[in-house]
Amino acid sequence: MTTTEAEATRVTEAPRGESQWGLLWRRLRRKRLAMISLVIVAIIYAAGLLAPFVAPYSFTQQNLDRQLEGPSRDHLLGTDRLGRDMLSRAIYSARTTLIVTTAVLLTGSLVIGNALGLLAGYKGGWIDNLIMRVGEIFAGLPALVMLILINTTLSPRAIHAVRWIEDHTPLTGLVSSGLPSYLVVFGALSLFFWIGTARLIRSQVLQLRERDFIAAAESLGARSGRVIFRHLLPNVSFLIVLEVSSTLGAIAGSEIFLTWFGVGVQPPTPSFGAMLFDGSGARTFQAHPHLLLVPGVIVTMLLYAFVLLGDALNDAIAGR
Amino acid sequence: MTGYIIRRLFWLPIILLAVSFLSFAIARFGPGDPVAVAAGQFRDPEVLARVRAERGLDASLPEQYWRWLTGAVRGDFGESFLQRGFTVSELIFPKMWVSAQLGFVALVIVFGLGIPLGLIAAKLNGTWLDPLIVSVLLFFRAIPVLVLIPPLLWLFALKLRWLPVGGWDGLFDVYWIGGVIAIPIPDPHVYLPLLAFTIGGFAGVARLVRFTALEVTREDYIRTARAKGLPEGTVMMRHILPNSLLPVVTVIGFALAGIIEGAFFVETLLGIPGIGRFLFEAVRSRDYDTIMAATVIFAGVFVIMNLLVEITYSFIDPRVRLGASR
Repeated sequence: MTTTEAEATRVTEAPRGESQWGLLWRRLRRKRLAMISLVIVAIIYAAGLLAPFVAPYSFTQQNLDRQLEGPSRDHLLGTDRLGRDMLSRAIYSARTTLIVTTAVLLTGSLVIGNALGLLAGYKGGWIDNLIMRVGEIFAGLPALVMLILINTTLSPRAIHAVRWIEDHTPLTGLVSSGLPSYLVVFGALSLFFWIGTARLIRSQVLQLRERDFIAAAESLGARSGRVIFRHLLPNVSFLIVLEVSSTLGAIAGSEIFLTWFGVGVQPPTPSFGAMLFDGSGARTFQAHPHLLLVPGVIVTMLLYAFVLLGDALNDAIAGR
Repeated sequence: MTGYIIRRLFWLPIILLAVSFLSFAIARFGPGDPVAVAAGQFRDPEVLARVRAERGLDASLPEQYWRWLTGAVRGDFGESFLQRGFTVSELIFPKMWVSAQLGFVALVIVFGLGIPLGLIAAKLNGTWLDPLIVSVLLFFRAIPVLVLIPPLLWLFALKLRWLPVGGWDGLFDVYWIGGVIAIPIPDPHVYLPLLAFTIGGFAGVARLVRFTALEVTREDYIRTARAKGLPEGTVMMRHILPNSLLPVVTVIGFALAGIIEGAFFVETLLGIPGIGRFLFEAVRSRDYDTIMAATVIFAGVFVIMNLLVEITYSFIDPRVRLGASR
């Protein structure tokens, strides 16, 4: 990470006349693999976003006469054990990925991680100590094990709580929409996905706060909030983009692994994790390879695209 | 130096305590009454109360935690609710041994294979092979074991019939030559799990080594070494290699985390009686005491390994000690 930090400052000293973001985009556009990855991510996310409009069937609609069929004209990607359309399930799974990654990114990584990183780096002293020590404890834990523990025990509570909300407010259909398991999954994931961002931002802020423009702002009487938001935040924005691209894949992967394990998003809400679980097993694969291949190919493409994109972004920020 | 290690060691019990408290609190907060499960059909309140007293579940929560903690330090994690008559430790430790063997071999392969491959990729920098190797490595990192294992299993076990479908029979088989000379050969059960454990990790290590080796190659002292006429092999082994290895030590922790977390999925998919599959079954049947014990042990191993890595690193690179608060 130290190299990206050092190189990130290099971009801030880019030639004038063009915005830094424009420069970054221009460099990125030259990389063919990065552009292909971007298109793949965009297609999968767009499918998730527009799921109700693009999915040919409902994700729960069963047709027991047509179980475990291979691809056909009616069902482009075949059907699963209950005769549900695989294409529609995949599209709605993309929606789950979209919801979970966005929510975790917004809560855990972006808001909490950046706020704490900026605060720790700028304020220093006991605030810095406290934030970093707490982060150290979380970073010292095997995240997946803790996530499994948290999710097994808390998801029934979450269902209970959401049902209470349904009973006492005019809102309905919350439980059946899968909201409780979303809440638990991204609540738990957020717990573990702020540390990386906070550390990265903090180390950058530690260097920035010694610079003259911060001293100038402070001597003009700017309050901490103004210094942080107007002066520090814009200067770490490249790092944030880099961080987003590298954590998105990890978040999407975690949700799939947790769901596969049975502690993530709960059925009937579709997820790639649940689809992969249905298709795993050597004999299942021998008899019905499409059960695993449909979600498997999509998930691998998505995760690979995230990795390639992060790599290209890293290069572009470093000036290559 | 000693002061630094002592400071780090001081953190160890605090982190472990935090983990144990967290897992205890979460597990007790969980739904379902374990006593009602253990009592089975006898919903007689007297029976329930007796079981509760036997298990010490009638005490206050802090008292329960204290009792659990003092037991856990001595290796006593209580009785499994899932498999009655067995203590959690009796169930867990043999399974940990299986996982530990596999994990250790996997760790050795990750670094033994990743480092040379990274150096080769760095050596090929500038040719068309380099970007190809990097893309392949990134692909290996990206593909989830959940997707990878079933096709491999189908190919090697069902179609080609080279390997067993799953299970576990020790790391090594002994192969006798003429009944006199014993040669240990890897048991056929270990190939697939080791492949699954190492594929992401070795790609990560190779990528890191390639990156640092390229950085090191640009240093002045490498140019000096070449300028004074050292053979290329000596430059590689004496100057580039040691300096590229520094950051690799830091990722031992990550590699280990990857292997530990991978264990859940790899062991479950391949039917290996290790701790990962055990935890999978415990989670499926909501056996909280077992889940809790496994979590704490996992976290403990993880924290201790990370500490060892950090101490090793401070021995190798003196700057780490000085720049404690960068």
